[in-house]
Amino acid sequence: MNDGLKLNLGGREFDSRLIMGTGKFASTEIMIDAIRASGTQLVTVALRRFNRERPSDDLLGPLLKLGVTLVPNTSGARNSSEAVRAAMLGRELSGSPFVKVEIHPNPHHLMPDPIETYEACRELAKHGFIVLPYMPADPVLAKRLEDVGCAAVMPLGSAIGTGHGLSTAEMVRLIIADSGIPVIVDAGLRAPSEAAAAMEMGCSAVLVNSAIAAAGHPAEMAAAFAMAVKTGLAARRAGLMSRSDHAVATSPLTSFLAGA
Amino acid sequence: MNITINGTLQDLGDAGTLGQLLKCLDINPERVAVMVNDRIIPRAERDGSVLKEGDRVEILTFMGGG
Repeated sequence: MNDGLKLNLGGREFDSRLIMGTGKFASTEIMIDAIRASGTQLVTVALRRFNRERPSDDLLGPLLKLGVTLVPNTSGARNSSEAVRAAMLGRELSGSPFVKVEIHPNPHHLMPDPIETYEACRELAKHGFIVLPYMPADPVLAKRLEDVGCAAVMPLGSAIGTGHGLSTAEMVRLIIADSGIPVIVDAGLRAPSEAAAAMEMGCSAVLVNSAIAAAGHPAEMAAAFAMAVKTGLAARRAGLMSRSDHAVATSPLTSFLAGA
Repeated sequence: MNITINGTLQDLGDAGTLGQLLKCLDINPERVAVMVNDRIIPRAERDGSVLKEGDRVEILTFMGGG
């Protein structure tokens, strides 16, 4: 599903295939530099209570200035009804039709709750949202989420913030093989090479947060991820050679050195 | 009049409308979403939304998130 030149999510088109999260940055300035360096057009944000002591924490102003499209998430929701409410609040505040549904009630592993996620997605699609669910890397669930009108599915590479990379690669491959909507790996990536690998296997985009925010130099890492995503997509389009179980010589093996 | 704002009970005297409350708290109305008693009050309805004793007001903003 990355045949088009642009990433198409719910009828909206994007040149960049790197979606960025805005959590964990040491400062708003560092985050803004990283967003600029990444070339991303889609960034995720979370809702929280307004804090009078720290009005500078508000990200809406700085992000609107950058001209990126906001993808409010439903972080903090423990079930589908809380997620739907969070999505409504996010839309009211951002004016954006996008929502990243994330419902992960267990703080130990932050694995998405498949049942609540499914219910929330079904409801939000009915309300006209462009729904992007963070989900377990489960091909059956992915089809069900497509059927209820999600604009993409976002299987996890590994647990949020762990940096364990594409540990779900085989399941992600199965999801891609059957999917009629874009597949976006979300969570767990650490190195740009992993983002390239995700694109090479046919993902339409990747979502990266911790790997950039917690890097030694976030803006440089954001640029590295941007290059990796482009490289992986170019390689996918170029058509990777098929694998062989035995060696296939690249040079002629005629035995002219053996003495005529 | 007692109103709970973001989980803290506050005595606001005559709080008036939601729009007036935001102004009183020096909050940029474009930068927040608001719920009263779990119901989202759209921006356009805040000036017509009169607060009453015991209301629970949640004022929300965007922070960093993945």
